[in-house]
Amino acid sequence: MRNRFQKILATLATAATIALPAAGASAQDVIKVGILHSLSGTMAISETTLKDVMLMLIEEQNKKGGLLGKKLEAVVVDPASNWPLFAEKARELLTKDKVAATFGCWTSVSRKSVLPVFEELNGILFYPVQYEGEESSRNIFYTGAAPNQQAIPAVDYLMENEGVERWVLEGTDYVYPRTTNKILEAYLKAKGVKDEDISVNYTPFGHSDWQTRVADIKKFGSAGKKTAVVSTINGDANVPFYKELANQGIKATDIPVVAFSVGEEELAGIDTKPLVGHLAAWNYFQSVDTAENNDFIAKWKAFTRNDKRVTNDPMEAHVIGFSMWVKAVEKAGSTDPDAVIDALIGVSVPNLSGGYSTMMPNHHITKPVLIGEIQEDGQFSVVSQTPGLVVGDEWSDYLDGSKDLIADWRAPLSCGNFNVKTGKCGGQGPVAQ
Amino acid sequence: MSRLLCLILALACGLFAAPVCAAPADTGDALLLIASGRFPDIEKGVALLARSGDARTQAIIEALRDGRLAVAADKRVVIEGANGSWSEAATGEALAEAPPSPKAVRLNNRIRRAVEAALGALTLMAPDAAARRQAAEAVFRSRDATALATLDEAIAREEVAGIRRLMGEARAAILLGDAGASDLQKIEAVDILATRADQDALALLRAAAAQGSPTVREAAEGAITAVERRLAVLSMLQNVWYGLSLGSVLLLAAIGLAITFGVMGIINMAHGEMVMIGAYTTFVIQELARTHAPGLFDWTLPLAIPMAFLVAALVGVAIERGIIRHLYGRPLETLLATWGVSLILQQTVRSLFGPTNREVGAPSYMAGAFDLGGLTITYGRLWIIVFSFAVFSALIVALKATSFGLKIRAVTQNRRMAASMGIRTSWVDTMAFALGSGIAGVAGVALSQIDNVSPNLGQSYIVDSFMVVVFGGVGNLWGTLVSALTLGIANKFLEPFAGAVLGKILLLVFLILFIQKRPRGLFALRGRAVEA
Repeated sequence: MRNRFQKILATLATAATIALPAAGASAQDVIKVGILHSLSGTMAISETTLKDVMLMLIEEQNKKGGLLGKKLEAVVVDPASNWPLFAEKARELLTKDKVAATFGCWTSVSRKSVLPVFEELNGILFYPVQYEGEESSRNIFYTGAAPNQQAIPAVDYLMENEGVERWVLEGTDYVYPRTTNKILEAYLKAKGVKDEDISVNYTPFGHSDWQTRVADIKKFGSAGKKTAVVSTINGDANVPFYKELANQGIKATDIPVVAFSVGEEELAGIDTKPLVGHLAAWNYFQSVDTAENNDFIAKWKAFTRNDKRVTNDPMEAHVIGFSMWVKAVEKAGSTDPDAVIDALIGVSVPNLSGGYSTMMPNHHITKPVLIGEIQEDGQFSVVSQTPGLVVGDEWSDYLDGSKDLIADWRAPLSCGNFNVKTGKCGGQGPVAQ
Repeated sequence: MSRLLCLILALACGLFAAPVCAAPADTGDALLLIASGRFPDIEKGVALLARSGDARTQAIIEALRDGRLAVAADKRVVIEGANGSWSEAATGEALAEAPPSPKAVRLNNRIRRAVEAALGALTLMAPDAAARRQAAEAVFRSRDATALATLDEAIAREEVAGIRRLMGEARAAILLGDAGASDLQKIEAVDILATRADQDALALLRAAAAQGSPTVREAAEGAITAVERRLAVLSMLQNVWYGLSLGSVLLLAAIGLAITFGVMGIINMAHGEMVMIGAYTTFVIQELARTHAPGLFDWTLPLAIPMAFLVAALVGVAIERGIIRHLYGRPLETLLATWGVSLILQQTVRSLFGPTNREVGAPSYMAGAFDLGGLTITYGRLWIIVFSFAVFSALIVALKATSFGLKIRAVTQNRRMAASMGIRTSWVDTMAFALGSGIAGVAGVALSQIDNVSPNLGQSYIVDSFMVVVFGGVGNLWGTLVSALTLGIANKFLEPFAGAVLGKILLLVFLILFIQKRPRGLFALRGRAVEA
């Protein structure tokens, strides 16, 4: 018992402190890559996997001979799901470890917390998670989906294929669901959906008693029009939500639920048999049948030595982000942040769903949008895919105040919030910092 | 005409018993559509198949529903049978060897709906009563007008009154949406649906009120007000039920704390982690059952209860002996130390089981729901209510009627006197703490059924647990019961009006004000124990 305890303490200690430089390698011939993901606390459930995937990618790159003739070295820090700690750890990575690039963050609030640090110290952050948009920083590259790469195609799918006329927008009470729902509400109204056919509702983080909400959804769905739920419910609250749906017998054929935060990892904790047919919108699913993806899954299972480990969308975003960074560094011939930031725009790398993703001047990438239905085995079956790639739209076209804004980080403009009406840089969006 | 052709073909098949013989034309066309792999075509194929009247229809559609219908590389449509055997979909003939790389036909929600509707119409006269009931419900949902003739025949033959009523409701649902039905038929349908009086009926009536002729509209509107009135009463009852259910969860989470904090006065921040340990014990036992004895799966929960109690109690003993024992009388240090323990336990579980959620399945008796006069009651919640009251009663009995309970009460009321009577007070402390922890572990077994089994499970209950104990009155078990149920029901009555976020805030504000007025909670203990 004592021995095991010590071992656990030891693992804790290594996870919390910075990984030591590899023996024999001097500071000159390594390039450091920062990994800023929570390994403890509430967000560990999602972020630990991303740390592992980064370690795998770095190991693989080193096997290929590293980058610019130097070895890559991962610097793992644990911000412990604590938002101010994210900023502190980011500062530590940039000033003490002098990392060339950082891959990290999950929640928007953690990204907002590190943003000023990366701007002040001129670092590079790759952010791999779908988010609410309304932001574009010179120092951040957004490899997850913007609302137009996830939410809007999903709503379109439900309208066209399921004939949905009534909408429940159900979310956890924080910035991502609130902004996404605001955009969706504006979009639905633009499509002619009436006020009384939209119900927006928020629940607290980790909400576990869904009886009343599910009963209300059932009631809302009995107005004689086809109803669907658009769920931006966050991580932990999803399992009880889906369990309650199953218990109250709401099937996907009656009221389908389309989720933006539920992937293969989240489904791992639920018996999915009663949930078959509920939907999720992502830019990647583990079930995508391409050579690149099968190869990635095989490598991932070998790396984690676990046959049951699943892959998900933010992991793919890191895969894309990492190969983009590698390509940009090779193009620039150095890891100098200014050179790499300029080199990154226009870089195009293969994604795992059989196409290419390109970094756009607004620091968002092009992605296909896939709609998947939950299967009995906890995987998704792709039922719809956008014919081409969708460009991430950082400032939503459906929100007042941000529809006139664009971001373009190329030389003459170099602005994250250029107002096309006033012709000035610095127009503020409703949610921008 | 096509029937005749089928017959001839079938005869020919029988005569020559040739495998090349094709199925009836409709079925063949339908299978071609299904083999295309495009969702809209598959849907058309299912509809065509349902109309074909072919004897193979049911087998093919059932195979499609179960994911056993596959398309081979040579475009043949095949059905996977038990233990890896294959048969031709169109004829049902067994195949000697497995077809080349069969790919299961994929479904989406539209196809699933079409399949459900087709099967509903096909199984309305099945010999099995459960299948007929399901079929009637499927037809009620699909409102497929083509099923009307079969439905009429089925109603005439049906002997079980409950199923006949369901079929009648399905018939009414079809007629109400059928443009060809007369006003008289529609008004009759409105009456039938008004007696069903649930959300689904309301949906149909509302649709009818929106588009029917004036007389139908009037009848439907009258029925809507009646149904709405009934549903309003039901929703009150439902709130009480939901409140009771939430209250029982709060009670379960708080009851262990009522001992460690309430009776012993230890501010135990690691209480939630005891709940988590109980949930993980359930997970381990289920995993063992899954791999070694799948037949015992339904018994895993009853088995997990004593195991979770033991594991959590042992951890409790370790914490008490190792840390808390040295900190009695220093509440601030206890708070900090147990908070540290809670972090260590969380990270330990995270290292051992991984940070992701673990699946704890529901045994058959806890899955699903039943209808009680219009109230949907889920079995899982019902069992949790029963369970939490059972745990509460057991604890009351243990404290009031056993010598161990007597010792605990003696020690908490007057430690020195108890010691001088020969009670080993430090031993009683350890055992009482183990009891509180063990009960928290038992709560974890129940909570694993409704919440995430993740390292964070405990955190979401710790604040609520303290809230319940403080509101109920520290040291009073009955107070904990009343407070848990009050908070649960109040929460559920606030939620529909104020929303979940605001509802919780309002409740907390109320609690703060209440504690200002009565610092010792609902049921304050009186006497020497309080001053000690």
